[in-house]
Amino acid sequence: MKTSNGTLAMHRKKSFDIWDVLIRLSLIISSLVCLLPFVHVVSKSLSNDAYVIANKVFLWPQGATIEAYKKILQDESILRSLYVSIVVTVLFTIIGMIITICAAYPLSRPQLKGRTALTVIFMFTLYFHGGIIPEYMLINNLGLLDSMWSIILPPAFSAFNLLIMKTALSSSIPVSLEESARIDGAGHFRILVNIVLPLSKPIMATLALFYAVGRWNTYQDALFYIKQNVDMRPLQLKLYYLVIQASESFQLEATQVQLSNPEVLKASCVVFATLPILCVYPFIQKYFVQGVMLGAVKE
Amino acid sequence: MKVESASLENEIALKKHNKGNRRMTHYLRRDWQLYLLLLIPLSFVGVFKYAPMSGLVLAFKDYKIARGFWGSDWVGFQIFQEIFDKPDFIRAVRNTLMLNSLDLIFSFTMPIVLALLLNEIKGVKFKRVNQTLLYLPHFLSWIIIGSIAYQLLGQGSGAVNNLFELMGWNRVPFLQEDTHWLFSYLAIGVWQSMGWGTIIYLASISSINPEMYEAAIVDGAGRWRKVWNVTLPSIRVTIVTLLIMNLGKVMEGSFERVFALQNKATTEYTTTIPVLVYRWGIESGNFSRATALGLFQALIGLALVLLADRIAKRLGEDGLL
Repeated sequence: MKTSNGTLAMHRKKSFDIWDVLIRLSLIISSLVCLLPFVHVVSKSLSNDAYVIANKVFLWPQGATIEAYKKILQDESILRSLYVSIVVTVLFTIIGMIITICAAYPLSRPQLKGRTALTVIFMFTLYFHGGIIPEYMLINNLGLLDSMWSIILPPAFSAFNLLIMKTALSSSIPVSLEESARIDGAGHFRILVNIVLPLSKPIMATLALFYAVGRWNTYQDALFYIKQNVDMRPLQLKLYYLVIQASESFQLEATQVQLSNPEVLKASCVVFATLPILCVYPFIQKYFVQGVMLGAVKE
Repeated sequence: MKVESASLENEIALKKHNKGNRRMTHYLRRDWQLYLLLLIPLSFVGVFKYAPMSGLVLAFKDYKIARGFWGSDWVGFQIFQEIFDKPDFIRAVRNTLMLNSLDLIFSFTMPIVLALLLNEIKGVKFKRVNQTLLYLPHFLSWIIIGSIAYQLLGQGSGAVNNLFELMGWNRVPFLQEDTHWLFSYLAIGVWQSMGWGTIIYLASISSINPEMYEAAIVDGAGRWRKVWNVTLPSIRVTIVTLLIMNLGKVMEGSFERVFALQNKATTEYTTTIPVLVYRWGIESGNFSRATALGLFQALIGLALVLLADRIAKRLGEDGLL
């Protein structure tokens, strides 16, 4: 049956194909598995307390209300976390991009003496690192604990992003272009600012998004370094203490927020923290896909 | 490859051109701006990546805060002997290896299956909508995924359990009992990565020469014959490379994933190496022990990566380094 199907398909393209239906069905199910959890959480966040306590909310809000969101927006500590997250992400992305460009451009020039040794110095950090405790002690010694710089500066250099940028620059900026600019009397700085950067806008957009989304989502370092200063908690860490760690009650974390059942509030917090990513997701998705391809060049 | 050889030729040409004047000062004078640019990333890497490596000596010292970093006594390999005897250590190594190996079985194969399925779809729109939905979980933090997991799978009020109850089934402690937790952990990992993992395979499928399929059709191959005899052999290289890369990572623990999904009721499988480092070091303040554990993990990890690179090269792949 299988083989006859294949040969027939050439002649009768519109014939009913049971496999086609099954494949489409399994893809639809997989996609729904990715989507429905969000639908449920959103429904829960918009539902009335009573229905949630009675376990009656599934994929549609019951007794729709935006009470929980109002409470979140009134809570200063959550808004402060959002603010910290935004500031950290913006600063981190800028610093990360500057460092990546400053490393990638020289390393992509074949005439640079010592290029191999320098590349090894940068790339070694991909495979070996001091580890959690030595890094913690460094942050401690630098006096950065509990400050936002502790989660901006240490991860700002990424060997992986450097690799992508370097690969892109060495293939997109031909040496001849650079040489002709040099004959015209331009120095490396001018070549970088006037030729290289304008020509590599797409790859820069991709990497900036890698940096930004990565920073937005990571909470490990914030968990390690920001312990005492609760005001400096980025949104993800705040969410960890609010939603996941059961030992700290909701009321204890955010004094202004009072709701009989924290489930609705938890759900709306999750939606609140997911929303920024969901808003940009449709636009950034294609850049990410391109980035994965570029990263795969050396992988 | 072309770029690489072109740059090599260029270098040779430059070397000929600069014959007799190869001293470093010459290069410094010519490319000082490039070196100046490099100073910024170099200083960052020096301070935040290489300086912490000196902290690894803590693993060989009995660190006392009062006596400081340099004042503490050297104790050789005593700390390592200490941690090797800890039951927690054995458990952490076992869990790390177990979670990663099981991940390799489930999370590694699912994207290949999905990519093959997506490749069978001819409608562009249907494909794109599915891809967008499938990629979505990759963009969420583990905190959000953990929160959603508890909202869905919690024993008391999770939606899945509510559904089970409506259907007259028993409530299942998906995240509140050790064995169930293990399977939930793996399933959530598959959920998070299955769509994103397809990108590389889809790219390598799209580079297959269409003539191969035409030839297969002429030979009378059906849908599954084409998948088995054309598509899979063509992406074999990608699969093998990614598999080896992942094998090199089996000693790494995904701290964020375990930490966001763990709870007090499930301690059996949640003690992985990075979690134990966090607990010993940052929570309990036993820096020497935690550093030694971290170093142990890093060294084995490095050895595994080097081994994976060797194997990849032996198999005729590009290698990882």
